[in-house]
Parts: sequence; C-alpha cells; structure tokens
Amino acid sequence: MKKLLALALASLLTASVALAQTTLTVGLFEPLNEHLERVMDQFVAENPGVTLEIRTLGYSDHHDALVTYLATGSGAPDVVAIEIGYIARFVAEGGLRDLSAAPFDADQYEDLFVEYAWSQGRTADGRQIALPTDIGPGVMYYRRDHLATVGTTIEAVTASIDAYIEYGRALKQHGVYLIASAASAADALIRSDIPAGSGIYFDADGRPLLNSERFLAAARVAKTIRDEGLDAQIGSWSNEWYEAFRQGTTATELSGAWLGGHLQTWMAPDTAGLWGASEIPDGRLLSWGGSFYGIPNQTPAAKLDLAWELVKFLTTRPDIQLEAFRTINAFPAMPVTYDDPMFEEGLDFLAGQPARLLFASVAERIPGVLTFPGDMVAQEIWNSALSEVLNEGRDVQAALDEAQALVERRIRR
Amino acid sequence: MARATARHPRLPWSTRLDKFQRRFAPYIFVSPFFLLFAVFGLFPIVFSLYLSLQVWNPVQGLGTMRYVGLENYVWLMDDPWFWRSIQNTLWIAVASGVPQHVIAIPLAFALSRGIRRFRHPLTAAYFLPYITSAVAVALVFLTIFGTQFGILNQALIYLANAPWSAWAFGGMADSLPVNWLGRAPNIKPAISILVIWQYFGFNVVLYAAGLATIPKDYYEAAEIDGASARQSFFHITLPLLRPMIFFAVTLTIIGNLQLFDQPFILTDGTGGTSQAGMTVVMYLYRTGFNWLEMGTAAAIAWLLVLLIGILTLIHFRFFGRSGLETRD
Repeated sequence: MKKLLALALASLLTASVALAQTTLTVGLFEPLNEHLERVMDQFVAENPGVTLEIRTLGYSDHHDALVTYLATGSGAPDVVAIEIGYIARFVAEGGLRDLSAAPFDADQYEDLFVEYAWSQGRTADGRQIALPTDIGPGVMYYRRDHLATVGTTIEAVTASIDAYIEYGRALKQHGVYLIASAASAADALIRSDIPAGSGIYFDADGRPLLNSERFLAAARVAKTIRDEGLDAQIGSWSNEWYEAFRQGTTATELSGAWLGGHLQTWMAPDTAGLWGASEIPDGRLLSWGGSFYGIPNQTPAAKLDLAWELVKFLTTRPDIQLEAFRTINAFPAMPVTYDDPMFEEGLDFLAGQPARLLFASVAERIPGVLTFPGDMVAQEIWNSALSEVLNEGRDVQAALDEAQALVERRIRR
Repeated sequence: MARATARHPRLPWSTRLDKFQRRFAPYIFVSPFFLLFAVFGLFPIVFSLYLSLQVWNPVQGLGTMRYVGLENYVWLMDDPWFWRSIQNTLWIAVASGVPQHVIAIPLAFALSRGIRRFRHPLTAAYFLPYITSAVAVALVFLTIFGTQFGILNQALIYLANAPWSAWAFGGMADSLPVNWLGRAPNIKPAISILVIWQYFGFNVVLYAAGLATIPKDYYEAAEIDGASARQSFFHITLPLLRPMIFFAVTLTIIGNLQLFDQPFILTDGTGGTSQAGMTVVMYLYRTGFNWLEMGTAAAIAWLLVLLIGILTLIHFRFFGRSGLETRD
C-alpha cells in the first residue's frame, strides 16, 4: 500500500513538473538578442509552458563567458550562440553536445543549409556541434563614384587580382586609396582557393601550411598594395575606418555581405546610393563571418528537448531566418529562403542594385573548409607575420617560415 | 550528554557565554576577512600554482587536466613570444616609470612651495586620470593616436607647417603622419605616453604627502643661510623625500610590470605589429583565454611573480633602508 502511494505521489510530482513553466536560458551576443526578442512569442506559442530568459553580452564578452562556463562546468545558458571566429575552439575542443547523435539526429537537416556553413560547425570526425543561423558570404563593396572617376567598369576591376591592383594605381592618381588595409586583401586570398579536405591553416593531416604558396602569394599581394601606397593603412572596426567610409577616402572594401547593413545604419548613412557590391576580385569565394547555435554539455537532460526545439526554431525555419534577415540583416544560411521576393528587391543604399541575389549566389558556391583546434593561434601568428611584412618591411619568405615554425611549436603540445 | 554534565559541573549559562565570547569573539570578528581572502585570494593563488603544472583546455571541463610537471615552464623558457613580452614589459616599465617620477617630484615641490593657492584644485586635476577607468582613457587615446584623423598627428602636422613653429618641428614633416599604433617602433612609446599621463598624478599626490612631513624650519634655516630654491630642493627636499621615493618607485615597479588594460585597448587585444605592445600579462591572458592553454598561462603568471620579486628585491637591496644605510 505504501509503495503504491509513493508511486502515485511520484507520478503526480512528475506530471506537475511537466506542466509547470520550464525556463530556458539563451546566451546571445548582440544583435542576435533583438531577433530573438521579436520571435520569442512565436516560440512560446508553439511550445506552451516554456519561458525564455535571454542573456545578452557584447561579442567578445559573450564568448569569454562561455569559455568560463564550460571550464567550470556550470552556469552556461541552455542554448548558446557562437560566432564563426570562435566556432573552431568549440568544434575542435569540445564542451558542446554532439547534435548528430540521438536524440537530435541533426544530420537529417544537412541539406537545408549552404554547404560550407554546415561544415564549419562540424568536427573532423563528423560530429555536428552547432547549426548555422546566419552566414557572411565574402563580397567586395565599392564606391561607384570613384569607379566613374577612373573611368573603368567593376567587371574589369574584379577580373583578376592584378586588375584589382591596377585599379588601385589608377585611384592613387586621384588621391583615393584602393582599400583600408592591405591585410584584408591578404586575408581574402588565404581563405579562398583551399583544396577540398584541407583547412585554412592546416592540411588534412593537421600540418600547418603557413609557408605554403597560398600564404606566400597572399602576403606578396598585400605587400605590393602596401609598398605602392595603395592602402590607407587603417585597421577594421576603428574610428578611422568609419571615417574613411564617410569621407570616401577608400574605394573598395573586402568583407562579408553584412558590411552593407553596417554602412547603411551607422557607419556612413550619408553615403547612400554611392555604393555597389560585387564578387571579390578573381572570383575568389570565401566566407566572412557567420553565427551558429549549439547546446552546452552541461544543459540538464530535462531541458534538452526544449533546447533542441529552440535551436531548430532559430536555424531550420525559413520564416524565422527571413525575419532575422529583414530586421538585423543576418544573411540566412538556408538556400530555400533565397527564393523569397525580398532577394530581388533593389537596395537603395547600393543605388538600386539587387545585391542580395549576388550574396545568395556567392553563398551557394563557397566550398566547405575544415576546422582545426589550432586555427585561432595560427590566425594570430599569421596576422603577426603579415603585419611584420607590411609594416616593418620584413621579407615574405622569412616571416612566413618563422610563422610556420611558431605554429608547429604551438601545436606540438 | 548526561555523562558530560556529570564530569563538568554545569556553569551558569551567562558565564559560559561570557567565557566563549572572550575566547572566540576576536576570531569571529576577523573571520570575514580570512574567509573572503581564503576564497578569493588564497585559493586562486594555490590553484594557479597547481594549474601551472598541468595541461588543461578549459573548454573541455575540469576533468581533462593532465599533469605534466614543469613542462609548461620549460616550454616557456624557449618561447620567443614570452621573451618578447618580457622585453616589452621592461621597456615600457622603464620608459613610462622614470618620467612619472621625474615629472612628479618637481611638480609636487612647486605645488607645495610656489603656487600654494591653487595647490588643491591642481592636485585634484593631476589625480583625475588616475581614478578614471583605464579602459575609458585608453579608448580616448586610441582616437588621439589615429593615423589619418587623430588629433596628435593633426597637431604635429600643424606644428611642422605653421611658420612660427616650423623651425622646431619642420624636420618631422617628412615622417608625418606617424602611424602610432601600426608601426612596431611606435607602439611602445605610444603606450608609455598614455601610462605616464595616467599615473604621474598619483605620484604627485604621494610626493605632496611626503613633502608635507618635511618641517618648514629646514627651509627657513636654509633661506636665512642664503640657499636658493634650487639648492633647497636638492639638499633638503630630495634627501628627506627618499623614503617616499622608495615607496612610490616600488609601487611603480609592481604596477608597470602588470600593465594590461592600456596596451590591450591600444593594440586592439592583439599586441600590435610584431607583438611590440604585448606585455607579459597580455600574453598570459591571450594564452589562457584566447588560445585556451590554461596551464601555460598559469606558468606565465608565476614567472611574472618571480620577475617582480627579483626586481623588487634588487630595488630594496640598493635603494631600500639597508642599501641606503651602508652608504650614509
């Protein structure tokens, strides 16, 4: 009798727990919170009994905090956003749940996403640890007025890397810089033309590639741009960078498609109609940014179902992705959304160009690239070597040989 | 319980409380500090020592630590970036430390002797940068140091071209605008300028306090003997200020070797070209939190402790009481 009573009580308790409010915490960086705040009512309506608690931090604070949570094994939100710059750490190092395994079986959704974004969230041994939500197809923004001054066409400028540099020389005659920093050009070159099955910095077997031809060529192009005085020597995300956009002192910028939104809303709103977008010179295909959602290992088992529902809601739903595109300019990772009429709209900021079609076509062609644990530190060492080449006149081969040795030294541990 | 009462005759409740209080109250009163210190001070210190003997990637969780003995220390001993960060730190420590005192001592002297009327508002003004957030200050300097639009370069360009100042600054015209934060040779001076500006006021306050302890009689006596202000500065102020100088320099050594916020903001968290602005603490932070090598980061911290210890010891030996007494 006692046992029966206990059983009845226990089942009653579980039932009441299931009916009670479940609070799901979501860790986001700006501006993803704006998006979730807009669509959270819809999620709650579809999943009655759930309350979403949004925790938002700045871009780097969010990721630093996430590292701390994973290190101490507590405190992490139930669902977390991860930006592409940090995804390598989590893909390669652990801390997030394997979404390919049951009960998630995320692999069934692979075909929903552009190829490269899917593979960015995947470990080398085939575990999907995060699903892509927005992506940054690499494009070139250019000033139409400077193009007219020089008297050339964008097709001619982007025909090859040499043509692009030649455009810079012509611009110099008119006192305009080709690009803010030669380093951006080098970054575009190392991130494109990567053989299948290789990473940016490491080959399939994990050997560093920093003094391979791809890196040497990229550094030489950047050095040419710098030595001939074709770049403004301005780093990204600095006040000087914004000022250069406002004043039109630079004619092009290589970046993710998202740059247009930033230019339009706060960096240089007064320059509306002066800009255009094109593919990166030489038809180089690369990605520049993107965000993912994943579930930390420490999310309690009782909440896994809901956490997974939220991840799916934010990543696999075309309506939600389009909403994010409309409101925070987060370019969808799902090709099915590219048929939406809004892709054909001409953008006033880009002088009426229907640039979203261009972004979509670039996104669908970018090949997948492997992610390695050493990517962060290799990128750091590459940046450092490149800055020595550009700023201190160091020999390209010597600087990259040293970079190669430094990376080998770091990853041997 | 019954047996216990049998052995010890029960004292009145108030007497027992009184005895207990006398014995333990002091410990209870000081315990908050020791508890907080144990949790937030002692534990991290001991843990970081333990951590420095492990290889640990924090993202994988606490269970993945692997004991490696002194390997982290050995690895750092021939790590080029570690030695570069030590050199940078020492360079900035000297270049920003010495001027702080060279500016602060005469300034404090002038404030206490000459312009006494504005002493307090001026001291407050000098002190203001010290109590302003280092990050906020560094962000402002980031704008000041801008290459194309920074006010420092704009001012230098003006000075190099204006007719009245061209004789002094005209020589710079060819090298303008200066890429303060992009070129390796300029990064350390740029950081040092910021550090000097931010901390000299603190030293002014220290020295002003030190000067207040020097009896006026000495100056009056010197004046009667016909000593100039210059002479009283060198023969009265400086010698009597020595304990305060010793104290202030010790603080500067410890503070400058732990520099982080200013170079971190000015170099956008990267350390700048050729890591020219990467201090030891920045390297520690990046190793631990950007590259997720917590064990190595802890080892860097302990090597920095060692470095600060050695330098402070040298400072004590040569300029401290023992060092000075043997010379006097």
